[in-house]
Amino acid sequence: MSSYGFRRTLTGRISARFEEPERSLLVNLTGQLVQMVEPPAPSEDQDPLAAMVGIEADVSRPDDPAVARLFPDAYLDDPTASDDFRRYTERSLRTAKLANARTVLDTLATSGEKVTLADGPAAAWLGTLNDLRLVLGSRLAITDEGHQIPDDMDPDDPSLGLHHIYDWLTYLQETLVQTMTGLVSELPDEPR
Amino acid sequence: MGIAPVELDEPISDVDIAPDKPWVTLVWNDPVNLMSYVTYVFMTYFSYSKEHAQKLMWDVHHEGRAVVSAGTREEMERDVAAMHSYGLWATMQKDD
Repeated sequence: MSSYGFRRTLTGRISARFEEPERSLLVNLTGQLVQMVEPPAPSEDQDPLAAMVGIEADVSRPDDPAVARLFPDAYLDDPTASDDFRRYTERSLRTAKLANARTVLDTLATSGEKVTLADGPAAAWLGTLNDLRLVLGSRLAITDEGHQIPDDMDPDDPSLGLHHIYDWLTYLQETLVQTMTGLVSELPDEPR
Repeated sequence: MGIAPVELDEPISDVDIAPDKPWVTLVWNDPVNLMSYVTYVFMTYFSYSKEHAQKLMWDVHHEGRAVVSAGTREEMERDVAAMHSYGLWATMQKDD
């Protein structure tokens, strides 16, 4: 990947440059995320008023572990309370994540190689980059914060590409947080 | 018509709780969320100072989890939902 991540322009805007393969990749990944977070259509036997305010008749922990990571249980040891929580919150959470992803797709559809973000869209990008990393992190079973691609990985392993994409998304997200806030993720300053 | 975030007037589960026992929101360490991003979330959502947000982030990192807010059950439901919207792994429980 050859992009330089996000930075602040001289006029104070947040921008990044994406070459065509990178842009297509982001569109593709974000499109997949849209499918994962899109709220299901209300079922026919559902109370229409409840559906209108976002209360689901019946929701439980998603089967796909990546989706389950996006919508985790709210209680460690109480599946019933967790499912109740989902009934009241999951639809609006899905709607919020969907709105972020659509903002990213809109930006990419209306930008050339250079992407420039105002504060609102920048926050949406940050959320979507995080969601994409959570999904890929789950797919790749990433357990180590300082993610490193194993040296002995078979170059023909189909997940090798995903590892590189994960690292690229990490870089994009880190540069975006830094550009927005000045915060960095470096480790040396650990408190004693 | 839009689907507004749900404002809850009642606890969404009927577990018996004493009114004087506050609830807490816990954020758990995970290998994906960036330290800078976690700090950003604590500053943005809770309006915590940078110092406080960073201390909580380190607590999560070192201890595996940290209490990031405390209050009524309804308040913690809102905070947990907000943490989930940012992609942080959060749970709530009675503080006892």
